[in-house]
Amino acid sequence: MTKPSHIRNFAIVAHIDHGKSTLADRMIEFCGGLEKREMKEQVLDSMDIERERGITIKAQTVRLSYTAKNGEDCILNLMDTPGHVDFAYEVSRSLAACEGSILLVDASQGVEAQTLANAYQSIDADHEMVVVLNKIDLPAAEPERIRAQIEDVVGIDASDAIPISAKTGEGVVDVLEALIERLPAPGGDADAPLRAMLVDSWYDPYLGVVILVRVRDGVIKKGMKMRMVAAGTSHPVERVGIFKPKPDQIDQLGPGEIGFVTAGIKEVAETQVGDTLTDDSRPTTDPLPGFRPSVPVVFCGLFAVDANDFEELRESLVRLRLNDSSFQFEPESSPALGYGFRCGFLGLLHLEIIQERLEREFNLNLITTAPSVVYRIALNTGPEYELHNPVDYPDPTQIKRIEEPWIRATVMVPDEYLGSVLKLCEDRRGIQLDLTYAGNRAVVVYRLPLNEVVFDFYDRLKSVSRGYASFDYHIDGYEEGDLVKMSILVNGDTVDALSLVVHRGRAESRGRAICERLKELIPRHMFKIPLQAAIGGKVIARQTISAMRKDVLAKCYGGDLSRKRKLLDKQKKGKKKMRTFGKVAIPQEAFIAVLKLGHE
Amino acid sequence: MPSATVPTPSGNLSKTASADSRGDQSARGFGLYVHWPFCVSKCPYCDFNSHVRDTVDEDRWCAALVESVRDAASVETEAKILSSIFFGGGTPSLMAPETVASILNAAERHFGFAPDIEITLEANPNSVEAEKFQDYREAGINRLSLGVQALNDEALAFLGRAHSAKEALNAIETAQKIFARSSFDLIYARPGQTLNAWGSELGKALNLANGRHLSLYQLTIERGTRFFEAVNRGDFQVADEDLGADLYDLTQNMCAAAGLPAYEISNHAGPDDASRHNLTYWRYGEYVGVGPGAHGRRREAGEVFATAEVRSPERWLAQIEQDGNGLAEKTRVSRAAQIEEILMMGLRLSDGIRAADFVELTNMTLENAFAAETIAHLTEQNLLALDDAGMRATPSGRLVLNSLIASVAEAMTPNEAP
Ligand SMILES: Nc1nc2c(ncn2[C@@H]2O[C@H](COP(=O)(O)OP(=O)(O)O)[C@@H](O)[C@H]2O)c(=O)[nH]1
Ligand SMILES: C[S@@+](CC[C@H](N)C(=O)[O-])C[C@H]1O[C@@H](n2cnc3c(N)ncnc32)[C@H](O)[C@@H]1O
Ligand code: SF4
Ligand SMILES: [Mg+2]
Repeated sequence: MTKPSHIRNFAIVAHIDHGKSTLADRMIEFCGGLEKREMKEQVLDSMDIERERGITIKAQTVRLSYTAKNGEDCILNLMDTPGHVDFAYEVSRSLAACEGSILLVDASQGVEAQTLANAYQSIDADHEMVVVLNKIDLPAAEPERIRAQIEDVVGIDASDAIPISAKTGEGVVDVLEALIERLPAPGGDADAPLRAMLVDSWYDPYLGVVILVRVRDGVIKKGMKMRMVAAGTSHPVERVGIFKPKPDQIDQLGPGEIGFVTAGIKEVAETQVGDTLTDDSRPTTDPLPGFRPSVPVVFCGLFAVDANDFEELRESLVRLRLNDSSFQFEPESSPALGYGFRCGFLGLLHLEIIQERLEREFNLNLITTAPSVVYRIALNTGPEYELHNPVDYPDPTQIKRIEEPWIRATVMVPDEYLGSVLKLCEDRRGIQLDLTYAGNRAVVVYRLPLNEVVFDFYDRLKSVSRGYASFDYHIDGYEEGDLVKMSILVNGDTVDALSLVVHRGRAESRGRAICERLKELIPRHMFKIPLQAAIGGKVIARQTISAMRKDVLAKCYGGDLSRKRKLLDKQKKGKKKMRTFGKVAIPQEAFIAVLKLGHE
Repeated sequence: MPSATVPTPSGNLSKTASADSRGDQSARGFGLYVHWPFCVSKCPYCDFNSHVRDTVDEDRWCAALVESVRDAASVETEAKILSSIFFGGGTPSLMAPETVASILNAAERHFGFAPDIEITLEANPNSVEAEKFQDYREAGINRLSLGVQALNDEALAFLGRAHSAKEALNAIETAQKIFARSSFDLIYARPGQTLNAWGSELGKALNLANGRHLSLYQLTIERGTRFFEAVNRGDFQVADEDLGADLYDLTQNMCAAAGLPAYEISNHAGPDDASRHNLTYWRYGEYVGVGPGAHGRRREAGEVFATAEVRSPERWLAQIEQDGNGLAEKTRVSRAAQIEEILMMGLRLSDGIRAADFVELTNMTLENAFAAETIAHLTEQNLLALDDAGMRATPSGRLVLNSLIASVAEAMTPNEAP
C-alpha cells in the first residue's frame, strides 16, 4: 500500500488523434511497465477495433512507478479515456476517479471541439489541469500560438504548458514531474470504513467479472467480504491487483489507489458504474453519489442475413453486453427480415463498433436497419410512450403529439469552411445559438434535431470542411416536431426495415436521395425494379433500376465446368450477403448506407 | 510409332456393333476429348491450357495419349461406345496425322465406335497445317473446326494470330472440300468494333460458312493473359454491356436469317450440323478427357464422377509414363451439384434441358426439382420457359444466362439443395 502523498491519479483528455494513446505509450515505456519488445503502438487500446480505428472505447488504467527528480518513489495512475463524443459520458465517469488531468493539445492543430468539451468536463470534475502541447516535432507545430489560443478559447492559464513530442519522447519527463508537482495527492483515511468507487467493469473469460476501483477511504483486501451498496449484494474478494499495464496481483488497495478486484461475480449487470464498494462487516455510512446510467440514444435493428443464425446472434449480443453495458437489445420481428433484435447505442460510432465486432469476432453476417432516434409519442388516448422503431409508428390520425430529441452541438471550423458548415446546419433544421472566433477558427453552437445528425452528419461535416471541422454535442431535451413516417417500396413491396421517421419539410428531398442511393446499391437484376418513397399512400419520389442487359459466359470451355462452377459459387456467396424481398436481392450494407446520403 | 491404321467412321472392330446396354444414357452421347497442349505462339487473349515449346517429343506424347485412352477405358462406366471424339487444344493441327491415327485406333479398340461417330479436330488455318487436312481425313477425322477468329489482317494482328486473312479463306475452302462437316470460330466485340463493322464481317462469314457451322465468341478478357494487363494499363477497352448486348442481338438475327440459328449461346448451325460432341457436354452426357488438363464426367454405378487430368504438360507426361494414368482429381459429384451442372450446361442450349433427359439423369421431373413460384416468376418475366419438351432460357433469358442459372439453382427444392 502506497502512502496517498506519493500517489497521483490523472486522466489524459484530448481531441481525437491529438496523441493521447501515444503519450500513454511513452509514459509506460519510460516507467518500465513493459519491456521494449512488448510495446506495440497504443498498448492500452486492447481491442482490435480500437487499435485499427485509433480510438479508445473502454476506460483503461495503468499504474506507473516513477522516481521523481527529488528522489521520491511515486505511483502515477493513468486513466485512458474514450475520446469520441459517443462515449463522452464514460469520460466523465473516469474523470471522477482522478484528481487531475492532462489537457493534451496537438500543437499543429490547436483547440478542437472535443478539446473544449473535455476541458470543461475536467473543470466540472474539479480537476487540476496540466496543459501539454504535443507533436512539437512536426514542422507545422506552433506551440506558442496554440498556448495563446488555449488561454483565449478554453479560458484557462496555459503559461506553464509543457511542449512535448509523444512520438519522440521529448518532454515526457517534464510532464511526469509536473504531475507530481502540480496535482494534489489524493486524500482519504486508511482506517475509515471502506469506500471505493466502481469505475468500470468487464467480463474476463478466466477471471469472471473484473471491477476497476478507486479507493477513497479504507482498504480493500483479498479475502474480505465486500458489499456493493446500490446493487445490495456481497461477495468475498478473490483477487486484488493493479495494471502495469499487465495485471499484477497484490494484497490490498488503500486510499488513493486505483486497481482491480474480482469476487466471483458472474454478471456485469450486477456491477453498476459509480456504485460504492464497502466492507460488508463495517459498511460506510456515506456512500458515493453514483452516476445516472448512460442511455442509448440511437436504435436500430440487427438481423442475421442467414435466418438460421438467429440464436447465434442472440448469444453473441449477450456476450458483447457482458463488456458493454451501455448498449441494449430486445427481440424484434420484422415481416421482411424475420427475427432479430432492436438495439440501442450511445451513438452511431458505438453502433458501428458493435456491428463490426459481431461480424468480426462472432463471424456473423448482419443486416443493420436504418438507425432511429427515440421519439416520444402521445396518442389521443393513453399515456405518452417512447418509439424506438419506425415500423411501430402509429396511425397518424391517432397521434396527438410527437416529440423528437434535440442536441446542442459545438462545431469548430477554420473560417474558410464556415459558410458550408452553417449551410449544413441550416439544412438540418439547425438553430444557431452562438458564433464566436478563436483566432481564425469559428466556434459555432447550434441546436439540432438528433434525427438529422445520427445518420451522416459527421461524414458530411468532414467532407464540407475537408476534415478541418471538429464536433461535439450533448442531448438537449425534447421538442414537438412535424414528423411523418416515410416508407420505401422496392419493386412495389414496402421494405419495412427501410422505413424512417422524417420531418415533413425534409421528406421529399430525403426520399429522393434514398431512392437514388438505393439505385446505386442494389445490383441490377434480370428485370427492372421500381423504387419509391411514400408517405401514407402518396409516392413522393421514385427511381428505376433498369434490367441488366447482358450477363453470360460466351466462351466455350468444352467439358471443363470449373469456370461455371466458380461463377455459380461466387453468385451464391454474393447472395448470402443479400436479403431477398419479393424477388429483389438487397445487399446488407444498403440498409445503413442508404442513410449516409453522400451529397445533398 | 505405330503405323497409321485408319479407323474409318464406319469402323469394323469388334466392339463397334454391340448395342449400348444403357440406351437411356446414349441419348446424350458418349464423347472422348483429347487435349493437345501446344501452340506455335501464345495468343494474347488466350487462357487455355496451351503452351509454346521449342520441341515436342511427339512419339512420347503419342504413346502417352494412347496409354491414357487405354487407362480411361479400363474404368467400368455406364456408357460404352463412343459417339464422338474431339481433338482440342492448344493446336491439335500441329499433331502428325499418324499420331491422330494411333489415338483413334486405341479409342476404337478400347471403347468402340458408334456407326455414325463424329470425330472433330481443331485446326489453325495457316497454310502449313492446311496441307495436312487430307491426311487427317485419312486418319479418321470427319469434322474440322478452324480457329479463324477474324476475317481481316488488322484484326488478326491485334489478336496476335499467326495466320493471315487470305490463309484463313484458303483453309476454309480446303476444309469444306475435304470434310463433309466443318466449322470455324470468330471472335467479335473486339475493341473498337462497331455494330456495322461486325455486321459486314459476319455477313461474309455466313457466306463462307455455307450453311454449316459457326462458333462466334465475344472477346473476353481473361486474368493472366497479355490482354488482361493491356486493359488494366488502359491500352484499350472491351465493348460495354450495351454494345455487347446489341452485338449479340445482331448476331442472333443475322445467323437465324441465314439459316444458321443459334443452338447454343455462341454456336450456330444448320439442321443436323450441330457439334454432337459439344452437345454431349451440354446435355450432361458422359465424356472422357485425356491429355493435360482435360476434364471428364463418368457415370459409375449410379454415381457421377468429375475427373481432371494433371494440367502441366510435362507433369502429365511424366505421371502417365510412371503411373499409367494422368489423373489429378476424381471427385464424386453430389446430386445437388449434378443438378446445378445440368442447369449450367443445359440452359446454354436453345432447346434447353430436355424433359426426358432430366428424368433419366436425376430420377425426378423438372417440375418437381425447382420451386414453382420462382419458375412462374421467371416465366412471367419472359426469361424462362418450362413445358412438356423441357426447360429452356428464352432468347432474352439467354442474354442474362449467368443470373438466370443462379436463380433457378437457388430455387432447387429443399431435398435437392446442397
Ligand atoms: N509527429 C507526431 N505524431 C504524433 C505524436 N503523437 C501522436 N502522434 C500521431 O498522431 C496520431 C494519433 O495519435 P493517438 O495517440 O492515437 O491519438 P489519440 O486519438 O488521442 O489516442 C497517430 O498517428 C500518432 O502516431 C507526436 O508527438 N508527433
Ligand atoms: C480452344 S480455343 C482455341 C482453338 C485453337 N487453338 C485456335 O486458336 O483456333 C477455341 C476458341 O475459343 C475462342 N477463344 C479463345 N479465347 C477467347 C477469348 N479470350 N475471348 C473469346 N473467345 C476466345 C477462339 O475463337 C478459339 O478458336
Ligand atoms: S492458338 Fe488457340 S490455343 Fe493456342 S494460344 Fe492461340 S488461341 Fe490459345
Ligand atoms: Mg487513442
